[in-house]
This record gives sequence, C-alpha cells and structure tokens, in this order.
Amino acid sequence: MKPVYLDNNATTAVAPEVLEAMLPFLHERYGNPSSIHAFGGDVGRDVERARERVAALLGAESPTEILFTSCGTEADSTAILSALEAYPERRQLITTRVEHPAVLSLARHLERKGYEVVRVGVDRDGLLDLVELRAALSTRTALVSAMWANNETGVVFPVEDLARMAHDAGALFHTDAVQAVGKLPLDMRRSTIDMLSLSGHKLHAPKGIGALYVRRGTKFRPFLIGGHQERNRRGGTENVPGIVALGTAAELAHRHVAEEQTSVRTLRDRLENGILERIPDAIVNGHRERRLPNTSNVSFEFVEGEAILLLMDQAGICASSGSACTSGSLEPSHVLRAMGVPFTYAHGSIRFSLSRYTTTEEIDRVLAEMPPVIARLREISPFSRAHPVPDGPATCPTACRTPKD
Amino acid sequence: MAWDYSEKLKDHFFHPRNVGALEDADGKGEVGSIACGDALTFYIKTDPQTHRITQATFKTFGCGSAIASASALTELVLGKTIEEALRITNQDIADYLGGIPQEKMHCSVMGREALEAAVADMRGEQRAPEEHDDGAIVCHCFGVTDKKIERAIRENNLRTVDQVTNYTKAGGGCGACQAEIEAILNRIVEEQRRKPAPRPAAAGARMTQLRKIALVQETIEHEVRPVLQKDGGDIELIDIEGDTVRVALVGHCAGCMAAGFTTGWIQDKMRELVSEGITVVVEPPGATEAAS
Repeated sequence: MKPVYLDNNATTAVAPEVLEAMLPFLHERYGNPSSIHAFGGDVGRDVERARERVAALLGAESPTEILFTSCGTEADSTAILSALEAYPERRQLITTRVEHPAVLSLARHLERKGYEVVRVGVDRDGLLDLVELRAALSTRTALVSAMWANNETGVVFPVEDLARMAHDAGALFHTDAVQAVGKLPLDMRRSTIDMLSLSGHKLHAPKGIGALYVRRGTKFRPFLIGGHQERNRRGGTENVPGIVALGTAAELAHRHVAEEQTSVRTLRDRLENGILERIPDAIVNGHRERRLPNTSNVSFEFVEGEAILLLMDQAGICASSGSACTSGSLEPSHVLRAMGVPFTYAHGSIRFSLSRYTTTEEIDRVLAEMPPVIARLREISPFSRAHPVPDGPATCPTACRTPKD
Repeated sequence: MAWDYSEKLKDHFFHPRNVGALEDADGKGEVGSIACGDALTFYIKTDPQTHRITQATFKTFGCGSAIASASALTELVLGKTIEEALRITNQDIADYLGGIPQEKMHCSVMGREALEAAVADMRGEQRAPEEHDDGAIVCHCFGVTDKKIERAIRENNLRTVDQVTNYTKAGGGCGACQAEIEAILNRIVEEQRRKPAPRPAAAGARMTQLRKIALVQETIEHEVRPVLQKDGGDIELIDIEGDTVRVALVGHCAGCMAAGFTTGWIQDKMRELVSEGITVVVEPPGATEAAS
C-alpha cells in the first residue's frame, strides 16, 4: 500500500504539472538564458514568466523583486548578510530562538565574527515575546529576521507587526517564509516586509530551487558574486528547470491557497482531534489558532519519538519528530525547549504535516494505526500515568531544561 | 535522521524479547531518566541452587536502539551466572545486535549499567537512586560523572570527545563540559602511554607463538592504536605467521600518503617490544573483510 505521507513540512511531492513543465528544460530546451541566440533567449522568457508567477503568489508589486536562489537557506543567508553589509555601522542582528537552523546557525557564526545577536524567546504556546523584541531594538540593529511560520509547530508570527517595529528602529525586516508560502495568502503590496525567503520543495516544486523577495528600494548586497545574472544580484547560471518548476508550482499554489484554510485545515483538525480523543496523555504543541492549517505537533507522554516513528513507518505512515534521537543530537528540538515543553512530552513529539494531496481515507488510516502504536510502546515503557515519576532513575539537573540557541 | 540499523537490531525493536516487570525479581536496576531521553529498568531472577540467571526482563523508555539493546541484554544474560553476566560489556551488546550506530552506543552502555544496578540491588548494595556511581558530575545536562566517562574511555578505547558523547551522552547538551572531557581523555591516553610497555621476552626465555601473539596484541593496543586513533585512523591485526605480522590500516591511515612511514614505525615498535625478527606486512584495504 502507498505510504501515507504526512511530512510535508520536510518536503513535498513534485506536482505532476510541475514535473511536466520542467522536463523540456532538462532535455531539448537546454539553452542558456544569457545567450544572444534565440535558442537561449527563448529560455530566458520562460525564466521571466516563472518570475512573474512567483511574484503573483507573493502579491509582489514587480517581478524584479524576485531573486532566484538554490534553496531557502541561500535566500536566508543572502538576506541576512546583505542587510549587515548594507548597514555596516549597525552591528546587531535580532532573531528568535525558534528559527530554522538556516538562520540560527548563521547567527551563531556571525556572533563568533563579532556581531551582536539577540534571540527573542517565545511563550508556552510558541508565540513571540514582543516586549523582549521591543527592548532589544535600537539604532544598533541592522536587521530583524523572524520566521513567518514555524516548521515544527506551525505557529505563525505577526510578521507585519514585527516589520513595523523593526522599521521604527531604522532596521530592515526579513522573514523566513519557507513554511508559510503556499499555505497562507500573502500580499506583499500591502506589507512592509523588506525581504522574504521561500523554498521550492516545500510547495511541490523539486529540491534545489528557492527565491528571495527583495522589496524595491531595499539596499542590497549580493551573496554569490559572479556573472550578471539576476540583475547582478546573484551570480551563477540560472537553474532553469528548477526556476520553471517553481513558477508552475507557484501558479498552482496561488490557485489552491484557499483550500489550505478549508479542506486541508478540516483534515488536520480531524486528525488532531481524533488522536486526542483516542489516545490519552497526548497534548498539542503550539497555539491552536495562530498556526498553519496543515501542521499538527502532538506529544505523547511516556514514549519516545524515534520509536514511535519506526513503528509508524512499519504501518506505512511518514511523519517526523522533535525527539533527541531523531534530531541527530541528544537533546529534543530547540523549538519545543524554547517553548518550555516539559521533557516528558518533548521526547515524544510527533509532527504531522499535510498537503492539499492528503485525503480523508489517509487521515482515517492514521487514526486507526496510531493508538496501537502508542499503546505498544507504553507497554514497554517503565513510565505511565500511575508511575509518572520514576522511583529510581536519575533526574537530570535543571541545566538541561534551559534551551540554548 | 534515518539511522542505519542492522536487521537484527530492527528485529529486537519490532519484536522485543522479555518485556515487562518481574514481580518477584531478585534484582531490579533502574538507570536513565525520562528527561534525558532514555531510561531502562532491568529485572533479573536467579536459581538459588545454580546461581544462574533464569529470568531477565526489562522496561525501556527510549528510541529503537535503546529498546533493542535492552532486549538483547535479556537474551545475553539468560543462563549465565552473575559473575559471567557482569563480564558482558556494552560492546558485547552492540555485537549481539550486529552493531549499533556510533551515535547510539550510549544505548548499549545504558544496558550494561542497568544490569550492574540490578546485580547491586540483588546483593543488597545501597546505591543512591540519583547516582550511578560516586564520581563527580562532569556533564550537568545528562548527569554524567567522571567515573562513567573514564570507564567508557578505557573499555571502548575512545579517543575523541565525540566518541565519549556517543557512548555516554556527556558533552551532548550545552557542550560546556567538552573541555573537561578532553582533559580526561588526554590524561588517560597519557597514562596508557606511560604504562610500562610490554617488555621483550627476557634473553634466553622461550618465545612461544602464544606469547608472541599476546605481545603483538599488547603492542598494538597500548603503543600503536592510540597514536593512529589520534589521527582519526586505526589498525587491525589480521594474522601472525611465524615472525610476519599482518595488519590492515583503516580510517584515515588507509591509503594515506604516510602509510609507508607508518608501517616502518609499527615494525620498529614490534621489533622493540616483541621480537627483533618481526616483519610487518600491511594488507591492502578490504583485506580485513575477506579475512574476518
């Protein structure tokens, strides 16, 4: 049986229309868009059409505000480094504790290079501490970079408010909107956000293509320095098949974005409520309202996430976990720790992320499979509601409950 | 992250053996905690006449390899005397499962600890519930003591901080204790280097083949391996035929530009510490698989 794929925040299936649109550019239409001859020049027109489609999805004023990159991470790096270089007298970067590593790792790198970095915290629901942000802003702030929606919990930040706050301090505002684009309606014409990152493979385009929106008039310094491509803002021959694919994916996402709030949300709620009804000692991580319509992050107490995923995988269900054992580190997800989710729950967190291709049958299959999976592991576990506090094992000192960046 | 689990490990995860609490256990050992991400309670029961372990069960909170390690341990100890069981190392557990990913070796260490705790409980030894030993805490994130770190280093011949983290979790949280772990590592490596090296057989004493094998192994263990591991490499002894010692270099050492130099150095060590007539032959990479 086909696996039930509920890991769309990790990556998505390439839409059939997208694959069809990009194939000619891997085959007979291999021209270089920079070439003078028609064979290449025609390809350039397809690149520009893709740019228009991405601009339309974002509600951008002009397609020239779209800059194609190789991925979301490149878009993030470009935006952050550009702002710091454009405003050299401002040496501070403000971001949040729950950003994607694409931003957090760069922030740590910049810190080591002498920049001041402030990481604003979140509350138990994953909502940003606006008081802390306001207190951190000053004339030293070059950029505020905060994600639009969190990849693990789906929690949405009030980015328009954040942009205004940044501007009041004379700083730029960038948002990593990799998880938001295609899931939330965007209208950059009515926004004041300066820069926005997106990634193709999160919205049914292939991996290897991303984009950065740079509002017209924003001071910009290129990250990849090379040829004249992308109006001298990003050197390197264009990834034409990827760009065309992203254009088609953007067009599809634009057409379907309303479904996210209706059918996708309905299925997500069916899944989430169904799990909470069927499985005791489970909680939802993240604010129930202010979040993406496709994401549900549920913690199951007394059991560990990797073990859950392995049994789910055996049952043909794909999801992901914020547990230590799956993150490749020894501590649970930095997002859940920043939210102060108790360790007893953090290790057993499972993220379900749907797409517009998810069906009711699939959700019902998951609802049938999950209770025995959790029950089986709880049978093996030495902990239970009757024995919530182990009467022997060591307890970790409080130090390990404090999240690091 | 997708782990490369062996078929045997997966089998022990999907079909764990001897799960459950043992109400009339003679010994019960509890290690780990829910906060740290894995915990194990291990139960044993022995035959009063033969003193052999007749029943062993477990309950685990943890990932796939934690559950599989505990399951494997129950099978390993069954039928053994307590003394025999205590000789089981974390590597034995890993080997039984057909290997455990390096990053997950702490699961096998936890198994060994739980067994020891169960035996201590059986013998009526008092142990503070929150401490595995009376060492000083080095890693505050995971509550790991210097004693536990030292033991893991010695028993598993660890050479890097990452390895120590893989085996004990120490240093895997905030990372503040990594310098301290490094210091412990350096101290032990230094100690092993200073340890009276195995001396060549006294003049005239008969060098049996058995004695020669033992000396070659000791030389590799104490003199050669620590140096190679510092550079991210390792050595494997393949065979000893007369005075010819066949070895394979692995990791960074294999195919390294300085391999010829390394061979000469190993041979010098062997001649110094084992016997004047030793010749070291380095087998080409891949020879170990064929030989083992």
